[in-house]
Amino acid sequence: MTLDQVKTILGAEVISGSANLKMEVKMGCGSDLMSDVLAFIKSDSLLLTGLTNPQAVRTAEMVDVKAICFVRGKRPGQDTIRLAESKGLPLLMTELPMFEACGRLYRAGLPGCSELKWSP
Amino acid sequence: MEQSQGIGRVQELTYELKVEEVMTRNVVTVSPDNRVSDLRELFRVNRISGTPVVDAGRLVGIISIEDFIKCLANGEMDCRVRDRMTSKVEVLYAGEPVVHAINRFQVSGYGRFPVLDRESGRLIGILSKGDIIRALLKKLEIDYQEEEIHRYRASHIFEDTVADRTSLTLEYDIKGKDFDNAGKASSSLKRTLSRLGFHPQLVRRVAIASYEAEMNIVVFTDQGRISAIVQTDGIVLRAADRGPGIPDIELAMQPGYSTAPEWVRELGFGAGMGLCNIKKSADEMELRSEVGKGTDLRVTFHLKKGGP
Repeated sequence: MTLDQVKTILGAEVISGSANLKMEVKMGCGSDLMSDVLAFIKSDSLLLTGLTNPQAVRTAEMVDVKAICFVRGKRPGQDTIRLAESKGLPLLMTELPMFEACGRLYRAGLPGCSELKWSP
Repeated sequence: MEQSQGIGRVQELTYELKVEEVMTRNVVTVSPDNRVSDLRELFRVNRISGTPVVDAGRLVGIISIEDFIKCLANGEMDCRVRDRMTSKVEVLYAGEPVVHAINRFQVSGYGRFPVLDRESGRLIGILSKGDIIRALLKKLEIDYQEEEIHRYRASHIFEDTVADRTSLTLEYDIKGKDFDNAGKASSSLKRTLSRLGFHPQLVRRVAIASYEAEMNIVVFTDQGRISAIVQTDGIVLRAADRGPGIPDIELAMQPGYSTAPEWVRELGFGAGMGLCNIKKSADEMELRSEVGKGTDLRVTFHLKKGGP
C-alpha cells in the first residue's frame, strides 16, 4: 500500500515528506509503547502511534519503519518534525483514534506485522 | 557479463520509472490562433522541433518543424496553427511506465508525446527520447554511487589488516536525563554499522539493543557510555554507567517489571520490556550491576557466515 493510499484511507494530513508519497508500506503496526514497537515491528512497516515526541522517530529509525502516522489528531512538535526530515522519514497525521485508523487500513488490505513474512 | 547486467538494470528501470518522473514539465505550447510564422521564433528560442497546441488548458493538436517547413515551401506562413496542426494527437499518460513510452516511440516513429493527467485530461508535460535517456543515465549514476558506498565494507577493513586480532571500537558518551538527544548515539551507531556493510538484520538487532540500553542510561543515570567493539567474528555492545545499579537482576529481567517513573511512559518507554528486548535481539547477554556503583551490560552478536 502506498502512502498516498494511506493518506486517502485515513483522511490524513502529510506533515513532512510529501515528496515520498509513492513509497510503499508492506504492513502496519499500532502502538504507543516504543519498546513493543522495537520488539515486534518488521522493516518497511507503517507505524501508527499517539506518541509524538522525537522518540517515535528514533524508534522508527532503529527498526527501519518506512513512515509514521500520528493518530487522534496529535500533532508532533518542531523537534520531532525536524528529526524526521533529517532522516527522510515521512510523517502523517489523522484525526481518527488508534483503533479506527488501524481498522480502516486493515480492512483496506494492509496486513499486520505477525501476518506478513518479510525480511529485507 | 558486466554489460549484460547493465542492460538488465536499464530494462528494470524502464518498468520502474513512470512517464511523469522523466518527462519535461515546463511545456512550451502554442494557441491554435497563433500564426505558423510565430513558430520560427518559438522553435529557435526554445531549441525544440515541435510543440503541443493548447486551447484553454486542453490539448487540441500538435505541430512540428516538418509542418512548419511544408508551410514555408507552400508560402502559407500566415495560416493559423489550427489549420496546419495534426489534430489527432497520440498521447501518453503520467502514470504509465517508461517502457510503454519506448514502445510507442518505436512503433509510431514520433519524436515526442504530450503527457496528460489521466483524471483531469490536462496537459502536464512532454516526453522526448532525450528525456528518457537523460533520466535513465541519472538513475544509473545514483545506483552506481550507492553501490560504491556498499562496496566499502567492514570485511575489507579486516581483510586488509594484518594482525592476530583486529577490532574497531566505536564509543558514544551518553548524558543522563537529556531526552532531546536520547537515541542519538544508537542512531549514529546504526548508521556506522550500515556503512561498514553489515547485514541489515544484524544492524537492526544491534540498534534495538543499543537503543534500549541508551534509554536506560538516560532515564536512570547521570551519565554512561555505549561502545561497540566490531571484530571479525561479531559485535560486542557494551553499556556502562555509574548509576544507582540494579538490586535484583533476575526480577529486572522479567517482562513487564519496571522501576521507571511514570513520566518515562510518556516517552514510550518504562513498561519493563527494555532488558527483555535486549536479550531477544542478542546472541549472548551478560548483565552485572552493583547497587550504588553502577551497571555494566555486555551484549554479543555473532557474525554468522553467509547470513545475519
